[in-house]
Amino acid sequence: MVTDLAKTPDIVAVRTAGGTVKDSTGYRVFRVVNATVLTVICLVTLYPFVNLVAKSFSSEGQIAAGNVNLIPRGFNTTTFQAVMSDPMFWTNYKNTVVYTVVGTVIAMAITSTYAYAISRPYLKGRMFFIGIAVFTMFFGGGLIPNYILVANFLGWRNSMWAVVVPGALSIFNLLVMKSFFENFPTELEEAATIDGLTTYGVFARIVLPLSKAVIATMTLFYAVGLWNSWFSAFLYLDDKDLFPVTVYLRNLIAAATGSQEVTGGAGADAVQIGANIQAVTMLLTVLPIICLYPFLQRYFVSGVMLGSVKG
Amino acid sequence: MSMTKARVAEVAVGGVEPTPASPPVRTNTWRRALRRDWRLYSFLVAPVLFLLVFRYLPMAGNVIAFRRFRPGSSIFGDEWVGFYYFEAFINNQAFWSVFWNTVILGALTLLICFPLPIVLALMLNELRSRRFKRVVQTISYLPHFLSIVIVAGIVFQLTSLDGTINQIVRAAGGDAIPFMQLPEWFRTVYVSSEVWQTVGWGTILYLAALTTIDEQLYEAARIDGANRWQQTWHITLPGIRPTMVVLLILNIGSFMAVGFEKVLLLQNPLIYSTGDVISTYLYRVGIQSAQFSYGTAIGLFEAVIGLVLVLSANVVSRRLVGASLW
Repeated sequence: MVTDLAKTPDIVAVRTAGGTVKDSTGYRVFRVVNATVLTVICLVTLYPFVNLVAKSFSSEGQIAAGNVNLIPRGFNTTTFQAVMSDPMFWTNYKNTVVYTVVGTVIAMAITSTYAYAISRPYLKGRMFFIGIAVFTMFFGGGLIPNYILVANFLGWRNSMWAVVVPGALSIFNLLVMKSFFENFPTELEEAATIDGLTTYGVFARIVLPLSKAVIATMTLFYAVGLWNSWFSAFLYLDDKDLFPVTVYLRNLIAAATGSQEVTGGAGADAVQIGANIQAVTMLLTVLPIICLYPFLQRYFVSGVMLGSVKG
Repeated sequence: MSMTKARVAEVAVGGVEPTPASPPVRTNTWRRALRRDWRLYSFLVAPVLFLLVFRYLPMAGNVIAFRRFRPGSSIFGDEWVGFYYFEAFINNQAFWSVFWNTVILGALTLLICFPLPIVLALMLNELRSRRFKRVVQTISYLPHFLSIVIVAGIVFQLTSLDGTINQIVRAAGGDAIPFMQLPEWFRTVYVSSEVWQTVGWGTILYLAALTTIDEQLYEAARIDGANRWQQTWHITLPGIRPTMVVLLILNIGSFMAVGFEKVLLLQNPLIYSTGDVISTYLYRVGIQSAQFSYGTAIGLFEAVIGLVLVLSANVVSRRLVGASLW
């Protein structure tokens, strides 16, 4: 192979866009295998979703018989009606929306103001204010001290605040925003000050409008995290009316698999209804994420890149 | 979980903080700074208060590992008991069982979930069709955006007696296996779901690093007669080595904290013998049985091991390959 390439040192053979114009046989075989393996990886990754959709539209009997894979069997939409007619499902879905919106607003308020302040080179004590944030990435209170703080000290048991406040500052997001804000030169502020704008005015009228891309990215980071979160709600909330939909789903799955244990895994009715309803509930929970996915993917990737090229 | 990822991405990038260009050292007293920039400092009030209450107060709250804590009394405990709670778990057989489960599960996750994104990124890098590459990326990133509750639900569906995996088992002539009730299957199921969820997304930083490799290096190698494999071995891999080292150090640091939320969702008492890890054990004894001080002691032990692991991995990699976090 080496000689094969060495024999053709003409310009045409020079590597273009990640490959050569003329490949060795071995490399051609590799490329076919590579493409095949990647295709298989994609199919395997997608399969659970397809299976979920198929189960959502299938009858209980067909699922129990182990007939449902890619295509719904015993097609019906009654499971959707059953899930959507449960008022608790909608109450909890609404809670998820509220927690996501409130949590994102709080997080963005804290993150953007903090990031702007520590992005100004003339801020006295700047390294201290950066340091106290970065230190928390490496060491923190464990599960129980946090629990005592939120449940006992602040008394936020069965309160929305327990879900939306404690996670309100991601240090990664903070540092990404800070490095973005560092692109605004101090001269800009000086010029704006001469025009009669205070720091507040500069932040609200100049910096924020020019930072739409990073704000959108950070908002999505926080919002997706909150939408998907379940543990803090599971830990601090006992009142079913306050659950987010992820906890609703978790309890549904736990009930179904729990009954499976009790009956020794044999095909008890409750389990099969569970499988059906679980699929629909999962699908409805994940639906907004899937709908927003093209956006999410672009902004998430750019956010991670933003973090990786900083400095 | 997401915190760990964020950490990965942040530090993968080479360092924690750029130092400010030139600190104004003149007679810049605090009083003058406050008078001049009080509006800017007002931006810091809420975030600093937040850090104090929600990050530093719990950090100080770790002190109850050494003090007797009574619910309703001080959050820092009532009286000193020294290493009483540490001795309690070190002499407890149940603790060592979950300790070794954690080590095994963490090691398996590290061994399998660390190299796979590198392999996938290299495979993607060999694709010439940009559209095909984008399709593979779009699909493989998708599981990253799902709630862990959904991931757990999908695992239960696929491994159930009537699920896809058992359909394959039956088609191959075997008997259906109740995967989630057999301790010997837990690790396989957990690591597989982890691969499904994380490998695609894990390629991002490697793909970014791959684009920074100088194209001229490949041309020079080709003129010297290197084939694709030799180019990969001598140019591509060294090119992404800093990223690999940083991510490896961070993975080693989160070794002991193996996906707490996912294990909690997947486990049940039937499979505790392999499926119970330190963090879930801590949750059960610390919060469900309200042994706060005992649980905090275990948590502190785990956090210290994590810190020691990350620091030593950092030292080792600086000595051996000259790349490190700080």
